[in-house]
Amino acid sequence: MNAMSHNQAGNAYNFGFLDEYAKKEVRRAILKAIAIPGYQVPYASREMPMGRGFGTGGLQLTLSLIGPNEVVKVIDQGSDDSVNAVNLRRFIEMTCPGVSTTTATAECTLIQSRHRIPELPLTARQILVLQVPYPDPLVVVEPSEDKRKTMHGEADYSRLLVKLYEDIVKFGEITISHRYPTRINGHYVIDPSPIPRWDVPKLNDSAALILFGAGREKKIYAVPPHTKAEPLAFSDVPFRVEDFRDEQGRRRACARCGCVDSFLDEFVTDSGSKTYQCSDSDWCDMQLSKARQTQGEPA
Amino acid sequence: MSYVAIKGGGQAIAGAAAVSEYLRTEEGLGNTGAEPLAIDAILHQLRHLVDRVVSEGGVYHPRFAALAIKQSMGDTLEAAFALRAWRSTRPRLSETPPLDTSRMRLIRRISAAFKDIPGGQMLGPTPDYALRLLRLELMDESPDAFRAVARNWLEKCPEAELPDTFPKVLDALRAEGLLPPVSATRGQTAFDITREPLVFPVPRSAQLATMARAETGSLLAIAYSNMRGYGDVHPTVAELRVGYLPVMLPHPVTGEFVEAGEVLITECEVVAMYEADEAGGKPVFTIGYGACFGHNEVKAISMAILDRALQKGMKDGANNPSEDPEFVLLHVDGVDSMGFASHYKMPHYVTFQSDLDRLRTTQQKSGEPA
Repeated sequence: MNAMSHNQAGNAYNFGFLDEYAKKEVRRAILKAIAIPGYQVPYASREMPMGRGFGTGGLQLTLSLIGPNEVVKVIDQGSDDSVNAVNLRRFIEMTCPGVSTTTATAECTLIQSRHRIPELPLTARQILVLQVPYPDPLVVVEPSEDKRKTMHGEADYSRLLVKLYEDIVKFGEITISHRYPTRINGHYVIDPSPIPRWDVPKLNDSAALILFGAGREKKIYAVPPHTKAEPLAFSDVPFRVEDFRDEQGRRRACARCGCVDSFLDEFVTDSGSKTYQCSDSDWCDMQLSKARQTQGEPA
Repeated sequence: MSYVAIKGGGQAIAGAAAVSEYLRTEEGLGNTGAEPLAIDAILHQLRHLVDRVVSEGGVYHPRFAALAIKQSMGDTLEAAFALRAWRSTRPRLSETPPLDTSRMRLIRRISAAFKDIPGGQMLGPTPDYALRLLRLELMDESPDAFRAVARNWLEKCPEAELPDTFPKVLDALRAEGLLPPVSATRGQTAFDITREPLVFPVPRSAQLATMARAETGSLLAIAYSNMRGYGDVHPTVAELRVGYLPVMLPHPVTGEFVEAGEVLITECEVVAMYEADEAGGKPVFTIGYGACFGHNEVKAISMAILDRALQKGMKDGANNPSEDPEFVLLHVDGVDSMGFASHYKMPHYVTFQSDLDRLRTTQQKSGEPA
């Protein structure tokens, strides 16, 4: 308990904003979440000074884990500079004096992210915190939390599989675009947060610990390092990530860095044509500086 | 270039804050008489706004509630949110015993069940029977006239010796055997919703605590659905009281309970139709309880109706949304619901990209021969 000693920075709040009891409770929930991979641990989520839905669950995880030597990266939609990422990073800087922040995926120890897992593979010394709006994949088939809890306990995902099957019957395709239900360690199916399907394979056998925080729904869950994560699919209809091929079947490239193996954002330009660009801004910068180096230009 | 759109987020946020602050202070443009809204003015002249914010903010701090109202320019959801966020940084240091509301210093007390009640009906400050006509004379109220009103009222007020306690209407009904006996769970430690998550089924104290800091409009809407026909509470207001409740806290040294101050609260007890006793005993009325910080009668009544509806739902299964604890308790919190509604304004490029991918693929497939 070093609540008072950190109370310098001129703000009236504790280091990490939350009081120490609140942080301890979050840490206890994290430990339980790691011990039972994919299980949604309920916790008494605190109100944060930003809107529920803006990353308050992820932020409580980040603030409970953050230490004085932490190097933190905050991304939203893959970008370090989108308004919400800037806002959360500023809040962390304000309430955690001494902590450094970065935009470089390779340099950080703690990443808070909304909707993306970085393209650069994470390492064992990193923790990824994902912000979660809907923690329960079963909510699409069962609105009652009480009933869903039983279904999870019994690993009863039949109605979810029926939904996938009905999609195939109706549309010839599984229509789930993001928040793709993923089975963790052979039992619990999680909602991996609204990451695109592109990012789902990164959950499997990840070197880094991946934590999920749903502030409004008051749940924490985890995919521990080197844990099996399998997106729900059928043996004859495999799971597929987003398709970035053009009409001729060629993989589209990022208009900025030329990368052909990253998740792309689609833009409509002023002239009305479409252009594509890396969603992960740090990855895009890295590719750009690599390309410049090989061309002998200053990075 | 298009990627410029996601750059400069920091400047955009600062700009948004600056222009909001401009709107707050705009009145001062070339107007030497303009004065910032005083916290005391909000506390007194916008008292029902303060009542609402302390209640929905979940912490009895009227001055900070007034500050929150000032900085949010009167947005109740935002003001309650700011107060709640401040509250969530405060550790819980002590616990009160169950407080005895018969000891309230009353400003208002009514019963719809009986013409006269022990201790008497006391209408107090209420707009219930006021004609909702615009008082145009307030458009340009003179400060002198304003200051004279309260003074004149007090001078004319007869000295009255009010008793320290008023008996509860429910006690009389209970003594007559018309109500269920006091529950065995009474006096047990209350469920603290700020420290424990709701894992259903939740005890009644967790339900009451959740509703006590619920957003007034949300609570009213669900309670209204029950009153109109999606439910069957048909309540009678046995008693509604508004007043200042002494708060007792254990003395840090002796452990003895001492009065630490008082909070303005509204309390409502409704009596609803009776049910057959399953154990074969005599049928008795059922009751619903509502209470919240501040003077907010609509909220207390809504809460009492929903308390009764939820008890029924817990017992017999929910036949209506208002009888389903998950439905009611997870959708009445203003901070949660307004936050989530607002979050849709944030960028969703990635998920939308993913949606586009699915729709295009599906459209392609539907064009193919089966």
